[in-house]
Amino acid sequence: MATIFSLVIINKSGGLIFQKDFTETARVDTNEAMTQASIWHSLHAISAQLSPAHGDTGIEMLEADTFNLHCFLAPTGTKFVLTCAPRTAGMEVLLQTIYELYSDYVLKNPFYEMEMPIRCAAFDQHLLNEIRSRS
Amino acid sequence: MVMKSPLKGPGSSSNVSLIDRPLNRPRTEVNLSAFAFLFSELVQYSQQRVTSVTELEHRLEEVGYRVGTRVLELLCYREKGNRRETRLLGILNFVHTTVWKTLFGKPAESLERGADNEDEYMISDRELLVNRYISVPKDFGELNCGSFVSGIVKGILDSAGFPSQVSTHYVAVEGQSRPRTTILMKFTPEVMAREQRLGNS
Repeated sequence: MATIFSLVIINKSGGLIFQKDFTETARVDTNEAMTQASIWHSLHAISAQLSPAHGDTGIEMLEADTFNLHCFLAPTGTKFVLTCAPRTAGMEVLLQTIYELYSDYVLKNPFYEMEMPIRCAAFDQHLLNEIRSRS
Repeated sequence: MVMKSPLKGPGSSSNVSLIDRPLNRPRTEVNLSAFAFLFSELVQYSQQRVTSVTELEHRLEEVGYRVGTRVLELLCYREKGNRRETRLLGILNFVHTTVWKTLFGKPAESLERGADNEDEYMISDRELLVNRYISVPKDFGELNCGSFVSGIVKGILDSAGFPSQVSTHYVAVEGQSRPRTTILMKFTPEVMAREQRLGNS
């Protein structure tokens, strides 16, 4: 059974624009989350430079003892970071689906300003439905 | 330098520009995402030029009005063989089924008569296509971007000879997080009087 802990969306300048925790254990304070997001943003950029192979775009997955972290980099520079339980399958597909939901319910919303925190009820609703159907 | 006609899409097989194509060509479908972005920009454009929520709804209605007048002409030619609706129920059914099917791909959910007043009718839709990707923030109150569709309905009714006042409302529905959108049409006394006369003859 897949357990998804949290989703974080980082805009192209490294600022946190969306954060959602799906379990009690993963609850993180907003300020802390913003710091973590900018740290991840820098790590991601550095890893792309460090890689010996040309054309690499940065960390896609991080495996730890108690969690896995998947990161999807959109062509526009927006990063979707998903933390889940170890050995969970299908996270890349889920990230793609979340990217589609983002491009539908956030980008097509006339009241959303680019690179600003996401406050779209439709996006929250559909995201919750998607996560619930996976776990 | 070759000047390409901007009205000729990349997918067009013939060398005819868009405005010269015959009208009764089977209708082509437009990508929903393309329309969603265009509509989003329309709302943002209007938002920059108004100072209140009601004004924004009014603006969207005005734009819809212009679409409505043209939609009536086109659909009368294409779908109904140039027959004109003279009865109230006729034009309401036309709007409720044909117009909705052409614009949104399926007929509207319901057409009701107002309980309190004889001259009020309502068309409801569980989720208007234009509103699908829009989440209105709290500080905009009761703004409904479906007023664009209300404008379309008003344009059709006015051009067909049934002047009315049209407004958009949210109606909360049990068991559903998003409220239903209802378009309320209040016809002028002249229309009701004419209906009475025609009904008796």
